[in-house]
Amino acid sequence: MWYYEKKLQYPVKVTECNPRLAKYLIEQYGGADGELSAALRYLNQRYTIPDKVIGLLTDIGTEEFAHLEMIATMIYKLTKDATPEQMKEAGLGAHYANHDHALYYSNAAGSPWTATYIAAKGDPIADLYEDIAAEEKARATYQWIINMSDDPCLNDSLKFLREREIIHSQRFREAVEILKFEKDRKVFF
Amino acid sequence: MSKQKTVNRYELMEKIQMVDFALVDLTLYLDTHPQDSQAIQQFNQLAVESRDLKHVYEQHFGPLRQYGASYSGYPWNWKDSPWPWQL
Repeated sequence: MWYYEKKLQYPVKVTECNPRLAKYLIEQYGGADGELSAALRYLNQRYTIPDKVIGLLTDIGTEEFAHLEMIATMIYKLTKDATPEQMKEAGLGAHYANHDHALYYSNAAGSPWTATYIAAKGDPIADLYEDIAAEEKARATYQWIINMSDDPCLNDSLKFLREREIIHSQRFREAVEILKFEKDRKVFF
Repeated sequence: MSKQKTVNRYELMEKIQMVDFALVDLTLYLDTHPQDSQAIQQFNQLAVESRDLKHVYEQHFGPLRQYGASYSGYPWNWKDSPWPWQL
């Protein structure tokens, strides 16, 4: 089971109301390479991955939920004071018509989250390569959003998340090596 | 009340976030480097530090952790605002 803690993993501050930035950030909330996809992908793969890497998938999957909460906090803070007119100008008119200021799991273009974003092949190498690719895609997305953002407070938190994608990718690469080593050992004996 | 004035909520929370971040990162590192005894020592030291910092925070600002991992005051204060996104 899981324990909730009343604490963000890293502080989230925003300089001002900015629904335009929120629209882009929704990509990392309910997009293909977003934090929801990441958490569900890793936690779901745990059941059929070799024992040696179950711990890693559990721990990274859990951290992804902490990142999801950070992204939600960013979107919430960037939009909570926005008028309907500001939402419309930011390209969130369709979102406002359906959801008001509520958060919703969709990508930046408004397509709802779908399980097709997640792969689970049951083959450990295929699954871990999928995870490495997902981390690299998420890192790239954070970079593109940072490139478009002029909010220094928000960028500080986004840089933290970009850095975490790099670490996760690194750990998954090590997991691949651990499994390769195990496999080679079995061939020899 | 006087106690609350001497402890800055944001500063204390940031200290907890720093220590807990090191614990998260060490956890992932140790998952793939389980024999690094120095990292394990660091992990255990930081676990004590995190527990102590949270104890101080909770005395001033209420429980941090759910389902009995933190004690409750009277009346029940787990459900009280602010939540993390409201801070």
